[in-house]
Amino acid sequence: MACDSWRNKIEAFADGELSAEEMRAVGDHLRGCVSCNADLLSRVQLKRAIKTAGKRFSPSLELRQRIQRGLPAENKRGWLGNWVPKLAGAAAFVFIVVLLFRGWSSNQQAQTFAELADLHVATLASAAPVDVISTDRHTVKPWFQGKLPFTFNLPELANTPFTLEGGRMSYLGQAPGAQLIFKIGNHRISVFIFQNRLDRRLTSSDTRSRRVTFNMETWAEEDLRYFVIGDADANDIRRLSELLKMAARS
Amino acid sequence: MPLFDSLYNFARWLTHDREEAEDLVQETYSKALKGFPSFQQGTNFRAWIYRILRNTFLTSRTGLKSGMTVSLDSEQGESLEPSTTETPESLLIDRSNQQMVQEAIEELPINFREIILLCDVEEMSYREIAETISIPIGTVMSRLARARNALRLGLVKRLQGV
Repeated sequence: MACDSWRNKIEAFADGELSAEEMRAVGDHLRGCVSCNADLLSRVQLKRAIKTAGKRFSPSLELRQRIQRGLPAENKRGWLGNWVPKLAGAAAFVFIVVLLFRGWSSNQQAQTFAELADLHVATLASAAPVDVISTDRHTVKPWFQGKLPFTFNLPELANTPFTLEGGRMSYLGQAPGAQLIFKIGNHRISVFIFQNRLDRRLTSSDTRSRRVTFNMETWAEEDLRYFVIGDADANDIRRLSELLKMAARS
Repeated sequence: MPLFDSLYNFARWLTHDREEAEDLVQETYSKALKGFPSFQQGTNFRAWIYRILRNTFLTSRTGLKSGMTVSLDSEQGESLEPSTTETPESLLIDRSNQQMVQEAIEELPINFREIILLCDVEEMSYREIAETISIPIGTVMSRLARARNALRLGLVKRLQGV
């Protein structure tokens, strides 16, 4: 159909997501096209219906007051207790990290690490944890081309106990980055790589934590910031970190 | 409390359970308060707090059970699919059909449900949605298109069944 090329634009037009120039172009087309006009009308009606139907639930006054008081309050359903056993340790880590980092000089560090822990747990919870599935670094690395404003090197893992499982896009502080999943034994380790501007959220450049269920290591390498996190042994986390550092310097 | 009503509404749609939604919202504010010093002024607060809520949900029992994944085949291509071939006239929806729309939204897979709610109920921009659910903008567009098609099909089935 002649109008097929306009369909996608009409969706973005209805969402108000086109540039001024594109809006004009679509507007010009709509003035002369009954079919696309009907399509736009249908989309706008659907959006309105969703908006009306979607505003369905209102919070109770009691909930508002409970949160406003800032009380820990009883966790009626045992939010933590409801987590599946498989991820119980991982879930507890999020809270343990927050507690451990309470004494740290910067609350920002704790937040950054807690966010990374959330990302790691959420990834492992997914049935499809990676978007590019390959053990070959020469397949995984190129997958990020055009998706990230930077590039990075991956280590050769032959003769090491580590296996690369793949990678996916990740976001931290509204910045895109790479998340790579490595495996050692039955443990999965996430490696996050972001541009180093995240350093504003980290007061120390290199950090290691060994006292928690999850081990984490972070460092800056030129313009990139690396985070290695997982429930593997701290020595394994360190070994993988060293491999990544060597690859970055090669 | 900023965005309290909206966050609760979104939490209810995600969890389908009042108590779980309340716990989720409370947990979200707790995490947000702890992490607020790290929030960068000038960046998008709404996307930030929705992201906290969503990540918290993902690691909950209900979130894990929901299997919040999208098949690779359908996500990799970023081209948008054309809308369903149903004629627009068949999709005329008025306020009297609000319950029908709610039921159709409820039946959507959770990854479709959330993106439709963020776009059309919370009126987030594609960029905000991308930040909230940590996917590229191109994927937001393609997933949104598929989610709306799925919703349309659900509505068509209901309208034809009436």
